[in-house]
Amino acid sequence: MSMNRQETEQLIQEVLEVYPEATGKQRAKHLMANDPTLEKSNKCIVANKKALPGVMTARGCAYAGAKGVVWGPVKDVANISHGPVGCGQFSRAGRRNYVTGHSGVNVFADLNFTSDFQEKDVVFGGDKKLAKLISEIDTLFPLAKGITIQSECPIGLIGDDIEAVAKKSAKDIGKTVVPVRCEGFRGVSQSLGHHVANDSLRDWVLHNRDDDDSFKSTPYDVAITGDYNIGGDAWSSRVLMEEIGLRVIAQWSGDGSMPEMETTRHAKLNLLHCYRSMNYISRHLEEKYGIPYLEYNFFGPTQIAASLRKIAAFFDETIQENAERVIAKYQPTMDAIIAKYRPRLEGKRVMLFVGGLRPRHVIGAYEDLGMEIIGAGYEFAHNDDYDRTFKELQDGALIYDDATSFELESFVERLKPDLIGSGIKEKYVFHKMGIPFRQMHSWDYSGPYHGYDGFAIFARDMDMTINNPCWKKLQAPWKQPVGAEALQSVA
Amino acid sequence: MAMIRQCAIYGKGGIGKSTTTQNLVAGLAAEGKKIMIVGCDPKADSTRLILHAKAQNTIMQMAADAGTVEDLELDEVLKVGYGGIRCVESGGPEPGVGCAGRGVITAINFLEEEGAYEEDLDFVFYDVLGDVVCGGFAMPIRENKAQEIYIVVSGEMMAMYAANNIAKGICKYATSGKVRLAGLICNSRKTDREAELIEALAAKMGTQMIHFVPRDNVVQRAEIRRMTVIEYDPTAKQADEYRELARKIVDNKKFVIPKPLTMDELEELLMEFGILDEEDESIVGKTAAAEATLCAA
Repeated sequence: MSMNRQETEQLIQEVLEVYPEATGKQRAKHLMANDPTLEKSNKCIVANKKALPGVMTARGCAYAGAKGVVWGPVKDVANISHGPVGCGQFSRAGRRNYVTGHSGVNVFADLNFTSDFQEKDVVFGGDKKLAKLISEIDTLFPLAKGITIQSECPIGLIGDDIEAVAKKSAKDIGKTVVPVRCEGFRGVSQSLGHHVANDSLRDWVLHNRDDDDSFKSTPYDVAITGDYNIGGDAWSSRVLMEEIGLRVIAQWSGDGSMPEMETTRHAKLNLLHCYRSMNYISRHLEEKYGIPYLEYNFFGPTQIAASLRKIAAFFDETIQENAERVIAKYQPTMDAIIAKYRPRLEGKRVMLFVGGLRPRHVIGAYEDLGMEIIGAGYEFAHNDDYDRTFKELQDGALIYDDATSFELESFVERLKPDLIGSGIKEKYVFHKMGIPFRQMHSWDYSGPYHGYDGFAIFARDMDMTINNPCWKKLQAPWKQPVGAEALQSVA
Repeated sequence: MAMIRQCAIYGKGGIGKSTTTQNLVAGLAAEGKKIMIVGCDPKADSTRLILHAKAQNTIMQMAADAGTVEDLELDEVLKVGYGGIRCVESGGPEPGVGCAGRGVITAINFLEEEGAYEEDLDFVFYDVLGDVVCGGFAMPIRENKAQEIYIVVSGEMMAMYAANNIAKGICKYATSGKVRLAGLICNSRKTDREAELIEALAAKMGTQMIHFVPRDNVVQRAEIRRMTVIEYDPTAKQADEYRELARKIVDNKKFVIPKPLTMDELEELLMEFGILDEEDESIVGKTAAAEATLCAA
């Protein structure tokens, strides 16, 4: 059983005691016990604020948000990491946002294009080098449909005019060139990078084909936004949209393409999965082109069914009937999965600490397997994310915003969960504490987890992590109580 | 090896830092001192009078041409001119692009790594662009580089404002290191009671006016020949002035942590010398039209 509100508050107070007074006062605002009746979070939790000096934060930077998250997965553009070589190289092809196509021919998502700044480029400016780089990319990779300029920190410091280079280069090569002002020092986390990237899509991409009406649209055209196709997530989602009779005309941005983005305005409905990273462009699509957006959740059969019904309700009866048919079709498969894994996972307690969406989105999938979320937190969520979180979590569950490593470890020590879902930076700390752990950014090199196909994999992964025999082998045989070894060898 | 004395020359843009530096360095060289000038200004005009050159090849330009600064050798950028004076220019970008401050940092790091300071030098002079505009232009006074700062100033109001601001910049590094203000060099603009005023300013800042360099057209005549006065006409009276400045610098022992003036103190001083009128609060923010209306009424 999770703690009640009072017990959770007590735990928070005890963990905060270690901090100096000012730090404790600040951090207290980022921690709370859940109250599912709350509608608005702004009075009870502070979010999207600068991490305090001296703590270990799990956050990234604006460049990570813009290049890594939003633009990185777009398969047919060359994303230039403008600045020194490291940012581009260490963010290259690590996020497992799968694409179809031939790398280096018509797909470039796994390559690192960089202006490789040297001292001389900082001193004399990188504009000329950038223009040359763009023209070389155009020559070497003629099938690239566009080029983006992802600013690293020095660009903002020396004031390179990447907008002017983008405009001129676009004219010269006849392709879309997008300047993205995502210098890493801007903002408090990668969240600003999502916003900056969304704005660059709004200002440099979305309207590019506004006077081209050659696209033949249908009443069932939809766009998927905020799905980055990690481990194939967008594919296992897209098939369900198609099965209920919709036509997916654009995927943003997992396995997405520049032409799709430029024709998104023909969609009748925008299906938004990651609200945090793409709510900005979704609002713009609604305001400028009148395309409403609908937030959906494809984690676990309960949420999938609810989302399919919500999506279908926007369309005619045929689609609604299709949705029911599809839900019914997959039900036996889902029942079989639950029948297999629920007995092995029932009652297991989970703590989550992920980016800006999943801590609330995956709750249903765990609950379908009989598991319980006792703590959840975001690295870079805003208050509107917490608004959406309260009703998903049980009363009294622990909520932590931008948790420091000290807080997370202390909470885990006290709550002793059966599973932790977080990122690579957290993984080995908790492994060493002997606690089963799944990476919930990259699906631990597994996936997809979205859709019905994804749930089968999700359930298997959680089982093989929690019930892995390794957790019983953490104590050296000579440190085990006498007799235990003999017992084990008999078993 | 004797301790190399490293001096940085700061001052308002156009005040005559480069001319004064090169002339005084020529004076030191004439006394047999071994000197290096490090130009820290993207305009790269700190060594032209010593080298009789239009503009020296700069470290940053050569590095850009070679590919990286690591591909550069010291003798490619270090030129020897009048009196054996070694000259280097950091160089930097055209106005409006890149980062000139980083150019200064890169260039000075390069000189250190290449052993430019290990030579048998008596003095290194840094001739630094206008004001301390960012961290890069403070490089010459950081990390055990220049420890003596000379500020070139004149009796003009803005020059003194700038000098006072530079003193504030020095305070930051003086309190954390060994950087000291070594004096004001008055490069005369023939304003009223100029020497007296700069001496008063120096006294208030806790330093000295190390020398008053009078205005003399021979400086310009030498300059169009890309020469210092010392070289062009060693018998000129102005050459004596620069030699005297050089001698005073050699003998200088007055190194202080400056006490910059507050804005009010500075304005008070300027009023005392009749450069600034007593402030009339009633006219602040009044347009000409409004004043005309008032007068008519």
